[in-house]
Amino acid sequence: MTLLQVKDLSVTLITAQGPQEVISNINFSMDAGDKLGIVGESGCGKSISALAMMSLLPPDSQTSGKIILEDQDILSLNSTQICSIRGNRIGMIFQEPMTALNPVKKIGAQVSESIDLHMNLNRKQTLERVTELMDKVGLAVSRFPLNLYPHQLSGGQRQRVMIAMAIACNPKILIADEPTTALDVTVQEQILDLIRDLADSSGMALIMISHDLGVIAQTTQNVMVMYTGNIVEMGRTVDVFQNMLHPYTYGLFSAIPHAGSSAQKKRKRLSCIPGQVPELHLRPQGCNFADRCSKVSHKCKAIEPAATKISDQHQVWCYHPLTQEDKK
Amino acid sequence: MRIFLAKRVFTLVLTLLVATLVVFVVLEILPGDPAAVMLGINAEADTLNALREELGLNRPVLIRYIDWVSDLFTGDLGISYTYDVPVSELILSRITVSFPLALLAITLSTLIAIPLGIIAASNHNKPMDFLVMSFSQIGIAIPNFWFAMLLTILFSVTLRILPAGGFAGWDAGIGPVLKSLLLPTIALALPQSAILARVTRSALLEVLKEDFIRTARAKGVNNQGTLWKHALRNALIPVVTIMGLQFSFLLAGTIIIENVFYLPGIGRLIFQAISQRDLIVVKNLVILLAGAVIMINFVVDVLYAVIDPRLRGDKDV
Amino acid sequence: MFRKLAEVFGHGLKNRSFVIGGIISLLFFLVAFLSYFWTPYPVEDINIAERLLKPSTKYLLGTDHFGRDILSMLIKGARNSVIVAFVAIGIGLGCGVPLGLTAAAKKGWVNELIMRFNDFTFAFPSLISAIMITAILGPGSINSIIAIGIFNIPVFARVARGAALSIWKREFILAARSAGKGQFKISVEHILPNISSMLIVQATIQFALGILAEAGLSYLGLGTQPPMPSWGKMLNEAHTFMHFAPQLAIYPGAAIALTVMGLNLFGDGLRDVLDPKLRRSR
Ligand SMILES: Nc1ncnc2c1ncn2[C@@H]1O[C@H](COP(=O)(O)OP(=O)(O)OP(=O)(O)O)[C@@H](O)[C@H]1O
Ligand SMILES: [Mg+2]
Repeated sequence: MTLLQVKDLSVTLITAQGPQEVISNINFSMDAGDKLGIVGESGCGKSISALAMMSLLPPDSQTSGKIILEDQDILSLNSTQICSIRGNRIGMIFQEPMTALNPVKKIGAQVSESIDLHMNLNRKQTLERVTELMDKVGLAVSRFPLNLYPHQLSGGQRQRVMIAMAIACNPKILIADEPTTALDVTVQEQILDLIRDLADSSGMALIMISHDLGVIAQTTQNVMVMYTGNIVEMGRTVDVFQNMLHPYTYGLFSAIPHAGSSAQKKRKRLSCIPGQVPELHLRPQGCNFADRCSKVSHKCKAIEPAATKISDQHQVWCYHPLTQEDKK
Repeated sequence: MRIFLAKRVFTLVLTLLVATLVVFVVLEILPGDPAAVMLGINAEADTLNALREELGLNRPVLIRYIDWVSDLFTGDLGISYTYDVPVSELILSRITVSFPLALLAITLSTLIAIPLGIIAASNHNKPMDFLVMSFSQIGIAIPNFWFAMLLTILFSVTLRILPAGGFAGWDAGIGPVLKSLLLPTIALALPQSAILARVTRSALLEVLKEDFIRTARAKGVNNQGTLWKHALRNALIPVVTIMGLQFSFLLAGTIIIENVFYLPGIGRLIFQAISQRDLIVVKNLVILLAGAVIMINFVVDVLYAVIDPRLRGDKDV
Repeated sequence: MFRKLAEVFGHGLKNRSFVIGGIISLLFFLVAFLSYFWTPYPVEDINIAERLLKPSTKYLLGTDHFGRDILSMLIKGARNSVIVAFVAIGIGLGCGVPLGLTAAAKKGWVNELIMRFNDFTFAFPSLISAIMITAILGPGSINSIIAIGIFNIPVFARVARGAALSIWKREFILAARSAGKGQFKISVEHILPNISSMLIVQATIQFALGILAEAGLSYLGLGTQPPMPSWGKMLNEAHTFMHFAPQLAIYPGAAIALTVMGLNLFGDGLRDVLDPKLRRSR
């Protein structure tokens, strides 16, 4: 059953260079319990897509298209309606645990806030729920009393609080926007395990955003590769990883020396892809990746490629998908 | 919290001591002979000597200083040279005018400023915001004593509904007292609130940009909720700082405004004491005022720690 | 240097606060300067016969209780405000900036000491300092200059220290240090030029505050003494005659408010022009 469907979503933000389209016409859908990964270099629009699903974009931004959750179009809801969805049916974990918690509120109060808003529980039940959540995320109340303040916790512990907040009301979808980028390598693995376990045991859908293909490979069933606000390749994770078709995907993959081996998951520059992500206002006509692509042709620079279906589960937006030869 | 308090109390005591030292040096040592200052150039040698004897000026400087500081503790501040009554009595009777005035003014200005700041911030870049900011620009530029005069011209000279000055006295009851304090309070409070409204607005706008506001909204908290439950308390930190700083302006303002409205408070007293060169009264009043400012800064620091748990210095887990 | 000035000015013309505030401030300085050459009437001229006159073509703003021309007194009062506020800023900059720079460079107990001194000086608002000075020396405009100047010291020290601390972390400072330059040389040659725009903005704000404080002190009789006219003192005299000649209370107050507003607007505009990211830390 389709849980979330994104149709022709475009987002225009006001930047220093004026209004810029940072998400152009993306389409995808996911079923209940799915785990979808979004990968791409910094600035390609991963966070903005996620924020669009929460309707948390900056107030001066413009969106077109539809984001349909179950049967409601999120983009057409009024502010009261959207507030009853956020934190209730969609939960979100942010990248920066150090600044994402309110420094002057106790962690217990921050976790119970969404419960108070969305669930009809009395005080005792709320407390029980909070205790249960804290247990689930590995911050047993016996060691981490609810009256602690965020500054008394480490980054990993704070991220656990964030997770407890996000799953407090049993959301249908959990969006994790680079939940581990700001953490130590050792802690990263624990937090990822936690998120995976929670998703598996509760049956909620997960959108995992990351630069890190290893994380995506371990966590998701489907993956979506983004470049400058477009989807360039999408499909089942195994298919995409075993048979990468877009030169950009391949570039991302080669940039990580030992993809899959957990010890090496440091952030790496994409040394294999020449050039840089073009500035928003300098994006070329045609395929945005053309200037950095080894297989570029005239057509690439003139007309933006449409989706090519390789199989039922695998699409690529490229005129010259890679062959086995290219990957040697 | 306890360590924090202990440290802060220690600096408080030290600061107060330094303040007494400065006041003592400026008013008792720099002038050379305080008795000569008090009596003027034409004083007879006999009278001078008598006054020196009376004030204990012939004793060693150190003894005089220590005596004065211990007097400050006991509250026995000596006899006013011009009024011929104990200085402490004099000050106490005047405080019953100044303190209510200052309290009313700071209450009123906070009551005006914080809502205005919130309104401006939640209507950022809209006409309401512009209106509040314009009010603030004007309020900051208007000296409170001029505003006081304009109020008097309007309400006392033209409309004749409020007294132009004077104090009814507490014996007359609360009504008349409030009536005589009404214009002075407004004159003090409005210009103050202009600054405070501006600070509240910019502090709120700053906080509303923070990550944790986005987190709150992601939980489903609505705009009102994010403002009141999440932003406001964080924004209070700079607001309280400015209120602390403003207190010293408020004291200065009270002194001026008391003179505009002929209110028999500390401000009037200090001026009468200066013009009569009553150094004993001046000295004790100055240390009282400076001490009040220092104490307020102390309270502000403690308030910080109440508002912001990060400053309490609690141990981490 | 001139290129930079021209650039700042060019950006400034697009900023409304900068333009309006700049024009008002410029007018104020011109009027103050004008007083050295010309006032409609000499302000010392006492003419009891023509006292408390309403505005007319002869006396554009009327006369005070001594029959002096109000307009002339306002013009000369502007000069007085400029001088007091200017010298007080000089004191604030001259003592505060070295203190702030030292605190930023030395850290440790020197920093601690200077910061405590700052807090301490804040506890003596200019009015209290002025009261103490007047109590021993008697009133005079020097008193107000010193009192306001003392209050400016911690303000500039704080701004200089805060700004300097962030510059010290920059890479080019590291380069200068590894080249063997001492803390003093770095402070003067590298830090100072980089914090100057912040200091200029703060100076505009302190200028406005200085004018307000001078008016207050003169109003109380602690500041400028006759025959030099001062806006604050004019208000004090107007207070006495409030019931017969309320118009006297209008002009000097309006002059203060307009000037202070102009300077504040100019300061706000200047801050935005010099550095859009640089927000007030007050
Ligand atoms: N508030 C904003 N105003 C204007 N432009 C923005 C804003 N936020 C993001 N952008 C721009 O939108 C584009 C997409 O940003 P986004 O944050 O989605 O990138 P990302 O893929 O999440 O990158 P990262 O991996 O660094 O988090 C970027 O070019 C960015 O500069
Ligand atoms: Mg992001």
